[in-house]
Amino acid sequence: MSNIIDLTLSELVSNIKNKKISSNEATSAYVERSKKSKNLNAYNEEAFDIALKKANDFDSKPDFNKKLPGIPIAVKDLFCTRNIKTTASSKILNNFIPTYESTVTQNLWNEGSILLGKLNCDEFAMGSSNETSYFGNVISPIDKDLVPGGSSGGSASALAAKLTPATIGTDTGGSIRQPASFTGTVGLKPTYGSCSRYGIVAFASSLDQAGPMTRNVKDSALLLEVMSSFDNKDSTSVDFKRPMYSKDLSKDIKGKKIGIPKEYRVEGMSEEIEKLWEDGKKYLKDCGAEIIDISLPHTKFALPTYYIVAPAEASSNLARYDGVKYGFRTVGDNLIDMYEKTRSAGFGDEVKRRIMIGTYVLSSGYYDAYYLKAQKVRRLIKNDFSNTFQKVDAILTPSTPSSAFKIGEKSNDPVSMYLNDIFTVPVNLAGLPGISIPAGLDKKGYPLGLQIIGKSFDEQNILNIAYSMEDKINFKFNLKEWWMNE
Amino acid sequence: MSNDYLIDRDGKKYEVIIGLEVHAQVLSESKLFSTSPTKFGGEPNTQVSLVDAAFPGMLPVINEFCIKQAIKTGIGLNAKINNKSIFDRKNYFYADLPQGYQISQYKDPIVGEGSVVLDLSSGSKTVGIERLHLEQDAGKSIHDIDPKNTLVDLNRSGVALMEIVSKPDLRSPEEVNVYIKKLRSIMRYLGTCDGNMQEGSLRADVNVSVRKQGEDKYGTRCEIKNVNSIKFMQMAIEHEANRQVDILEEGGKIDQETRLFDTKKNETRPMRSKEDAHDYRYFPDPDLLPLEFSNDYVESIKKEIPELPDQKKTRFIEKFNLSPYEANILVSDLDTSKYFESVIENSDVKLSSNWITGELFALLNEKNLEITESPISAKNLSKLINLIKDGTISGKIAKTVFEMMADGDKNPIDLVKEKGLKQQSDPKELEKLIEKVINENQDKVKEYKSGKEKLFGFFVGQAMKVSGGKANPQIVNEILKKKLK
Repeated sequence: MSNIIDLTLSELVSNIKNKKISSNEATSAYVERSKKSKNLNAYNEEAFDIALKKANDFDSKPDFNKKLPGIPIAVKDLFCTRNIKTTASSKILNNFIPTYESTVTQNLWNEGSILLGKLNCDEFAMGSSNETSYFGNVISPIDKDLVPGGSSGGSASALAAKLTPATIGTDTGGSIRQPASFTGTVGLKPTYGSCSRYGIVAFASSLDQAGPMTRNVKDSALLLEVMSSFDNKDSTSVDFKRPMYSKDLSKDIKGKKIGIPKEYRVEGMSEEIEKLWEDGKKYLKDCGAEIIDISLPHTKFALPTYYIVAPAEASSNLARYDGVKYGFRTVGDNLIDMYEKTRSAGFGDEVKRRIMIGTYVLSSGYYDAYYLKAQKVRRLIKNDFSNTFQKVDAILTPSTPSSAFKIGEKSNDPVSMYLNDIFTVPVNLAGLPGISIPAGLDKKGYPLGLQIIGKSFDEQNILNIAYSMEDKINFKFNLKEWWMNE
Repeated sequence: MSNDYLIDRDGKKYEVIIGLEVHAQVLSESKLFSTSPTKFGGEPNTQVSLVDAAFPGMLPVINEFCIKQAIKTGIGLNAKINNKSIFDRKNYFYADLPQGYQISQYKDPIVGEGSVVLDLSSGSKTVGIERLHLEQDAGKSIHDIDPKNTLVDLNRSGVALMEIVSKPDLRSPEEVNVYIKKLRSIMRYLGTCDGNMQEGSLRADVNVSVRKQGEDKYGTRCEIKNVNSIKFMQMAIEHEANRQVDILEEGGKIDQETRLFDTKKNETRPMRSKEDAHDYRYFPDPDLLPLEFSNDYVESIKKEIPELPDQKKTRFIEKFNLSPYEANILVSDLDTSKYFESVIENSDVKLSSNWITGELFALLNEKNLEITESPISAKNLSKLINLIKDGTISGKIAKTVFEMMADGDKNPIDLVKEKGLKQQSDPKELEKLIEKVINENQDKVKEYKSGKEKLFGFFVGQAMKVSGGKANPQIVNEILKKKLK
């Protein structure tokens, strides 16, 4: 039998169901490996002892009808977990222990999964390199100088380093797909309204969406199937009949029309990315799909629009972290002084930057020129997609304009950091599903990803397309376990 | 229409322009966006959910009942109901505002323009309603328990409020009084707000400006925040209007500002100027979808609307022939109107109206009771009125019986029997009695017959006295007239 940690999520599930592996064996394997992988700084909070206890509980009374029977999973530290510290990688929440559980994580536990721990991320999910975390940056297992991407950087690093069989992240502007692309893994951002936002520390409410991060497409379908549910505790949750994504997964994409948007061929994009994209088209044709050139004319406005809408919502969402009710507090001479000292010390630079941008764009006198205008442009971007989806079934783009960059390389240049999200951000603005799959390596040997964008609630379709391409791409990355402590 | 509330400075007359923003707490078991209870007077922080305290990842979910209540109130205000409205965030920091923003409605409120009719001594007047919107209440900061710290009670945090904004159509403290009472009356009829000002269920921000009589441009206004009784509103308006007139008389200019009313000193003082005004950075709450409902939904709610005070008043006037004044008194409070209608089920309308607005109101006033706590039930008052109507007792005796009834809601029929208070209406008995009076007062009879007709009253009085007040005065009159011919 192959090593437990080398099994995909689906393989691990069937091994547990067939009683070849116990939950305890699986959990112990991941705990052991996680303990040896502290160099990656992937975990904010370890729940190893509780996990092992729960694994034993499962083994003593196993329920093999569950979709994730006794499967250990580490999750992004943005999901509130009952009695387990939840920090959003911020100092301002560094002592916060929720008494409640997010709907998405509850869905995992309901299907038999077990929490391994909480994974590092950018502070309040604001960042593209996991360098803004109060608990320090995360290192990519791909190479010791590399960022894993962000904001779900801890999740991507832990997944790629096999510290968890699968994980979940959140994606506001690319925070699942970009780190997946950087680490050679599969990241899916579902349609807005598919996964409940209840119990997820909010960054930008109209964009945030939780999604699966997995080693392959099949696992992605399985995990999405468990995560997605209608939730009346989230007013933006959508009540639709959710397919059995993993059961209905198919490689038959014959006749599917795939759009190639010319606006995504951005200036300065490397030849490697060009080639990756071309290869993608070829694979799709090989699968019987039809390639169609399309135009999404408002694409170039997506990034500026995003950097108005997201900070605006964030500036308001983060107002609750004021030192009054929970979390970190600095004593002050009076209420205002306490607010100022608490928030000055409690938030990091990137969070402060976005709160300031957000406050500015909502201010009277600037609201119309920024926020209102951005909302109008957002509508145009949405329309671009809905017009295009009259003609095509899905859209293929690169996931990112480059492979992973070096730690510190962009941390003093916020705009160049923001540019990293150029291909992922429009999808969030339009509320559509998008999946990034590993599609090749650049000349440095770093992973590159392709993104498939689908119609609203058409996850099954993009999963099927990804599933077909995955076969043709046959992505391999030889992970050298340089970070391991013996 | 004429306006007699003017501020006079050496013959120069100033008119006072008033607009109100009334905050009415929605009568609802649970809060606007959470399931926490809204009961008044709970131990601090015992009615707080994770949503109300703004814990990370918590989301608001609209309470449909509160929406219905707002629509009902809108219908009661003859207002336009907006099928699509939007919840916005009003951003500001305060210790008793856990989210760091209040969820309110800014540009697109649930209810648009409407109107309210006021019954004033000078006639009726229509006051325009600008809008009604839904919003969350904040918590309560308590500064006087701990000398060093401010304590926060979040029980009220997230409770649904309706902000009802009037047009600047009010012209005197008295009109404000009538307006507030009318609003309260309508909402109590609808069951959408209990109107209890002591518990803070109804409070108002008062906008006041003044202008010289005859001018048609409004002056600069000041807003007096959060006044919680009609009396204080009236005092605040009076003070504020005079303050503004004084400034203008001295050649000064009014600054647009927000002021507070100090109830102890009976004065308003500045809270913040226009320049210091908060920038609330309103924007649509992304956690909530726009609120949309169909015309059918509104129509179905319309079917639940009970008879409202104005309609009831018209009915009382038309059906029972009451004067507008009487009808107004009887309908202004829902419970009074219910009491009245219960009494008149079996009794004379006019007598019922007189006894309720006269004796009963006096009694309630004296004992400081609401009509729902009346010591005399509608059933027993109805019996008393029937005893008067059928001549069993006189109006005078009825007052004595009424007093006795108040002690434990006694049945007036039993009381009349027990105490032998039945009116003497037997003509033979009364004739004997009157003959006795005539015999004993022969001198007065002579005087009467020689033309001193005023003495008739004397004989009636004597007859009543001899009967112990029980003689039927009408029959006494008739017999006396015959005997004294």
